[in-house]
Amino acid sequence: MFKIAVASGKGGTGKTFVSTNLYQTFIEYGINAVLTDCDAEEPNAASFFKTELIESKQVTQKVPQIDSSKCLFCGKCQDWCAYNAILIIKERGLSRVMEELCHGCGACSVACENGAITEKEMLLGEVINFSDNSGCKIVEGRLKVGVYTPVPVLKRAINSTYADLAIFDSPPGTSCPFIHTVNASDYVILVTEPTPFGLNDLKLSVEILQKMGRPFSVIINRAGLGNRVVHDYLKRENIELIMEIPFDKEIASAYSKGKLAVSGRPLLAAKFSSLARKLTDKIGGIAL
Amino acid sequence: MKTAITSTGNTLDSPMDRRFGRCSYFVIFDELTGSVEFIPNENAESVEGAGVASARLVASKGVEKIISGEFGNKVKSIFDSLGMHLIMIKEEKSVGEIIGLIKNKK
Repeated sequence: MFKIAVASGKGGTGKTFVSTNLYQTFIEYGINAVLTDCDAEEPNAASFFKTELIESKQVTQKVPQIDSSKCLFCGKCQDWCAYNAILIIKERGLSRVMEELCHGCGACSVACENGAITEKEMLLGEVINFSDNSGCKIVEGRLKVGVYTPVPVLKRAINSTYADLAIFDSPPGTSCPFIHTVNASDYVILVTEPTPFGLNDLKLSVEILQKMGRPFSVIINRAGLGNRVVHDYLKRENIELIMEIPFDKEIASAYSKGKLAVSGRPLLAAKFSSLARKLTDKIGGIAL
Repeated sequence: MKTAITSTGNTLDSPMDRRFGRCSYFVIFDELTGSVEFIPNENAESVEGAGVASARLVASKGVEKIISGEFGNKVKSIFDSLGMHLIMIKEEKSVGEIIGLIKNKK
């Protein structure tokens, strides 16, 4: 399975727009593809397709619970916890698990010599599998409201299904959710916009991908707006500009209604076909 | 009674730190003896859970009142179960000024 992540430092640059239209382009070529929405905090990629629910799986994490009748307040569990998720105050007789800080590593259970710690399952979210009209799959990670990090849910979403080609609609930003998504990918497309904000966040993503050694190229969305700072930067840094999507109010309007922009727009569809070809040239093993 | 005040520096002229978990110093003022102790907050750079770690630090000092600009939800619930009082000060004040207010019982 070849995995492409569509990412961006900045939110709202068009990751979902590119992912959904690229996925549609590939399945129209008859490629067995899966679109995975890794933006578990607000997944929406599935809403662009007519889908049928296949299954929904809960994602849980183990968190400790402390039996206060067995706890001697020795504080060993607290010392072993790297995330400040356990608070023991002997003088006040307080032992408290801060579940939202827990990473589920289990160190506290090993640390406790008095059998005061047991583990329970805490619900983090769900991974939902849909099938679209073509029989291809759309997977969605959906975080439970209030959960601290989307990483366990998006990791499960990434590994939940198999296809010849996977497109990951990455979460915005350059923090852990982004890192985990691009780390699971073979190739990354960074979507940006031609503005100083777009450039600033593009640079942050580029630095990380270069450190991780992931091959990538850049799409400039809403080209024609803003200025040339992103173009100049790409040229200077010798980074491939794989596609430009011109700013078009009609596209924005169709997108806001949950419609795929490549449907009924031959010019745009041709651009996405060309993108799909360039990508398959890089991949090898998949022919359009 | 002991009070903890979050501080941006280690002098009485330092402005109060508006953050609890990631403040630079904790100032422990003892009303009985009038002593003032400055404790550097080593949790200020914690990746996660700075508030919880700072709550542990402050509670271990036998403090009953805490003065800062803002407290997060996790910290609030901890101090609540410990029966400690949280006081939020919105305007800019130095640590010395706040200690003066405590002395004058304001």
